[in-house]
Amino acid sequence: MIVRISGEGQFKLPDEDAERLNELDNRAVAAVEQGDETGFRELWSQMLEIVASDGNAVPDDELVESDVILPPRDIAFHEAKDEFNGDGLIPD
Amino acid sequence: MPGLAGRMSTVVKAKISRMLDRAEDPGETLDYGYQKQVELLQNVKKGIADVVTSKKRLQMQTQKLEQQVVKLDTQARQALSQGREDLARMALERKTLAQTEMQSLDQQVKELEQQQEQLTANEQRLRQKIEQFRTKKEVIKAQYSAAEAQVRISEAANGVGEEMADLGLAMQRAEDKTETMRARASAVEELEKAGAFDDITALGSGQDDIDRQLSELTSGVQVDDELTKMKAELGSGGGDSPALGQGEEKA
Repeated sequence: MIVRISGEGQFKLPDEDAERLNELDNRAVAAVEQGDETGFRELWSQMLEIVASDGNAVPDDELVESDVILPPRDIAFHEAKDEFNGDGLIPD
Repeated sequence: MPGLAGRMSTVVKAKISRMLDRAEDPGETLDYGYQKQVELLQNVKKGIADVVTSKKRLQMQTQKLEQQVVKLDTQARQALSQGREDLARMALERKTLAQTEMQSLDQQVKELEQQQEQLTANEQRLRQKIEQFRTKKEVIKAQYSAAEAQVRISEAANGVGEEMADLGLAMQRAEDKTETMRARASAVEELEKAGAFDDITALGSGQDDIDRQLSELTSGVQVDDELTKMKAELGSGGGDSPALGQGEEKA
């Protein structure tokens, strides 16, 4: 699957990662709902870590859509409240 | 992976597919899309130039403050060696304020630098994608009659559309940030105009108000510490001979 980190570009990841990302995302949504910034930061860095370790950058001359778009790496907690809510980044 | 789609990408896709649905001549739509992409690229250049301008302004202010810090430090020493602790304290208060401002400006210059790097990288990436889109568009236009052309159009359009949307977002963020920094730069200029960083030779009458505000702004502890240190360095703070002159009340 193709994942974009907003502001950084797209990465190709094995499809199995979708479930892990989804699970982290759901927990991140819960953390944001509870106003737990520390918890959110931890989960968010885990999500970025998955992309960093499993992902290969999509070449600049390839035009593909992303399956998942993650917000910018330096997302502020108040911004996260707008991004991480409801169905999360990966709705079922 | 059915149903896997980010919220943002859904919005982008919806917009693009609406545009494609409305299009009577997909070839024209592709040309229009390409034109829009090139326009966006121009805007990005302007955005980057904006960031650079803000950065330069902050850097100039930092340099000015640096000079004032050196000057005020020298003056504090001079004042102290002449037994004018009151003036020395005033100079150190101004120095502390100037240093604090300098540090925060430094931090902001660094942030703007990162912003500039990121936008530049994004711009290069989009440039490549647009080039790719231009090539694809010609191919698609040539074989539009083929059944799969429609699919290819939306693939290419979505791919580049997503890149554009993302760059738009990055630019928005950069703009917000430079806006904050501009406000910050103006605030420092205001302080400067009010004479907050002036050296003590520039002090005339009517400076009392600034001085009062300054002593409130700057940390008394830091100023006291520095005074003590300076006294020791100048050999005038032996402990048994209290500072000369009138300015003895503690801040």
